[in-house]
Amino acid sequence: MVSPVRRIVVAVMATLSAVTLLFGYRTSTSGPDTTAAAASTARSPGTTSTTGGTTGGTAAASGTGATTVTGDAAQTRYGPVQVQVSVSGGRITAVDVVQYPDTSGKDQRINSQAIPQLVDETISAQSSRIDMVSGATYTSEGYVTSLQSALDRAGLPS
Amino acid sequence: MSAPVLDGAGAAATAPARFVAHVMGTAVSLALRGRHTGDGAARDAWAAVVADLRRADALFSPWRANSLVSRIGRGELAPADAGPEMAEVLAIGAAAARGSGGAFTLHPRGRFDPCGVVKGWAVERACTHLRALDDTGWCLAAGGDLQARAADDGEPWRIGIEDPAATGRIVATVPVVDGAVATSGSAHRGAHVVDGRTGATPSGIAQVSVLDASLTRADVDATAAFALGEDGVEWLAHRAGRTALVVRSDGAALTVRGPDPADG
Repeated sequence: MVSPVRRIVVAVMATLSAVTLLFGYRTSTSGPDTTAAAASTARSPGTTSTTGGTTGGTAAASGTGATTVTGDAAQTRYGPVQVQVSVSGGRITAVDVVQYPDTSGKDQRINSQAIPQLVDETISAQSSRIDMVSGATYTSEGYVTSLQSALDRAGLPS
Repeated sequence: MSAPVLDGAGAAATAPARFVAHVMGTAVSLALRGRHTGDGAARDAWAAVVADLRRADALFSPWRANSLVSRIGRGELAPADAGPEMAEVLAIGAAAARGSGGAFTLHPRGRFDPCGVVKGWAVERACTHLRALDDTGWCLAAGGDLQARAADDGEPWRIGIEDPAATGRIVATVPVVDGAVATSGSAHRGAHVVDGRTGATPSGIAQVSVLDASLTRADVDATAAFALGEDGVEWLAHRAGRTALVVRSDGAALTVRGPDPADG
């Protein structure tokens, strides 16, 4: 059910003929919390560079010290993407996207493939302005209590 | 004019005009922004959309005794004789089955049932009537799948992807200028998608949302990826032009970006 969220774990970049990206996030039991502050994680002095391999895999996380590893920026059609992984005590504690194609503005107008932005679980739909909902298929009965129904009612003349 | 709503972030957003109808066993919602939101052109376009979808339902619903699907199911009609629209749906379904190693199927539970194709296909087709509205952004959703286009220089549609574990919450938002979002999962209807390779309910994945320019493709891919279960993530990573948000059964969420579509 509702668990505290933290974006975490795995980032994999596969550079095939074209770029394939997998960003991983996972709910965590490590406490309630805040937004995954993407850009705010400072790069540690021990920053090393690592190039993404092919698919699959969790970023290697051995060793016990706290380190932050910043991957090379991968060039995609929509701009560079760069991921930073923080490791502490052999566990990945955070994955931050430090560089990200701008998903607004002109580029976006030709890009129907925008990247979904995860939202913090503590933020309800009411505080995150949305126009429409995509979700598993509901029936007409199920619609009555759905978020989409709430949006529609709010906009329909009463 | 409708009041601005759900705007807690304080962004200067225009509340769209909205229309709702019940077709195909679900609710169909239209939102409009721009020049035509409540005038005759808007109402005519909406009426044409609803008429299109009702017709698709009459032809393809497995719940209607006189539908093409029911007649084919009873052996009264050969699929080849069922008209151009059925031919189109069958071709889409066959391609999806091939492309997914059989996980996507037009015969879930052994019965002919093209529902996995029809909704996305019918909604995308119905959008023709909305494209004709000049200087108008539109977003047409049917039971959780949608196709949208922002007005030129208009704000993108902000789509919320629902949390499969907590209906009413969203796990992600995505701005859509011109494209589609389809979601397949077990949240509302229970296990209605089966893995065509085994007939079993897929496991490991709670929900797959696929973004593509076309709702037909997005809908079929979302269903196929969900049917593939754990294999769906790897499969999606090779689907050109698609971006997907996968929520695993344990709550983990992954964004999967396929290769860029071939140019041209």
